[in-house]
Amino acid sequence: MQSSFMDHTAEFEARSQDTICINESHLQHKWYHNFKYLIVGVLFGIGFVKAEVISWFRIQEMFRLQSFHMYGIIGSAIVTGIISVWLIRRFGMKTVYGEPITFAPKKFNKGQVYGGLLFGLGWALTGACPGPLFAQVGTGATVVAVVLASAVAGTWVYGRFRDALPH
Amino acid sequence: MLEMIKQPWPWYVAGPLIGLTVPALLILGNKHFGISANLRHICASCFPANVPFFQYDYKKEIWNLFFVAGIVLGGALAAYFLANPAAIQVDPRLAQELAAYGITDFSGMVPAQLYSWGSLLTVRGLTMMVGGGFLVGFGARYAGGCTSGHAIMGLSTLQWPSLVATICFMAGGFLMANFILPIILNS
Repeated sequence: MQSSFMDHTAEFEARSQDTICINESHLQHKWYHNFKYLIVGVLFGIGFVKAEVISWFRIQEMFRLQSFHMYGIIGSAIVTGIISVWLIRRFGMKTVYGEPITFAPKKFNKGQVYGGLLFGLGWALTGACPGPLFAQVGTGATVVAVVLASAVAGTWVYGRFRDALPH
Repeated sequence: MLEMIKQPWPWYVAGPLIGLTVPALLILGNKHFGISANLRHICASCFPANVPFFQYDYKKEIWNLFFVAGIVLGGALAAYFLANPAAIQVDPRLAQELAAYGITDFSGMVPAQLYSWGSLLTVRGLTMMVGGGFLVGFGARYAGGCTSGHAIMGLSTLQWPSLVATICFMAGGFLMANFILPIILNS
């Protein structure tokens, strides 16, 4: 199905292996255009810190059902996302460069179960998912760079042994 | 105004703000919100080692590395200019439980008694930082995304595989926090 509108190069295969990063732009931009994503990241990072999403304690409270805070944040973020995506689709909105906004369906595989459980174990152990790990380093918790390096190592080991794992 | 910003933000302010990242990235360049993908891009750029999973042009994903650089910078700005001087209000039940493991310092975002360069040399610190980080990286890629890619972006676009992944994230977290972490904290 995909082959009709996208070329089947090996690189495309590698990129599409987890359905992100396949919506490649055909426009060529100068590198500094990426600074707009940096600004979104700054706002996002400030929100993370000020709402204490990056707090190890808040994550422990969430998994012990001792606080509504994190459920409220994740829940209202999802509702905001659903409404936004619905509006984008409903009105056929385009990017600031006039390109169409596209969505790629995620395919189910057993990795979402096995990997999801392993990720959950790590989430409660480190008290942070990848976004907060980056923000924690920013707040001056330099030792979290070790956690991030270990996460990069985990990603690498997964990539290396991907074919041997059940999917 | 600044005093208000310095207070911890309630969930109904922060949640929608985090959710707005989804349309912001889509409208700025048809980019899909997903943070753990950056860990893969780091592998692809620094240690590809002929692994097929890392053979792609990471430069096409450089926007995402700018995005996480922004998160690091945002974290620094919030910590240095918008910091709340008071310690985090921890639920008394959690505070009591943690006190039993000798964790009594709630002043930082991460517990200083667990997350420090010194505690890297302890079994407990090593397990939590290196072991936990490994599970986060391995699990996120195995699941095809993390909390941002699945729970927020995936559910925003109503993808049921993302719902499966999110439920498994939570199940793993409940298991760790309530049954395995107490053993690790006791060690």
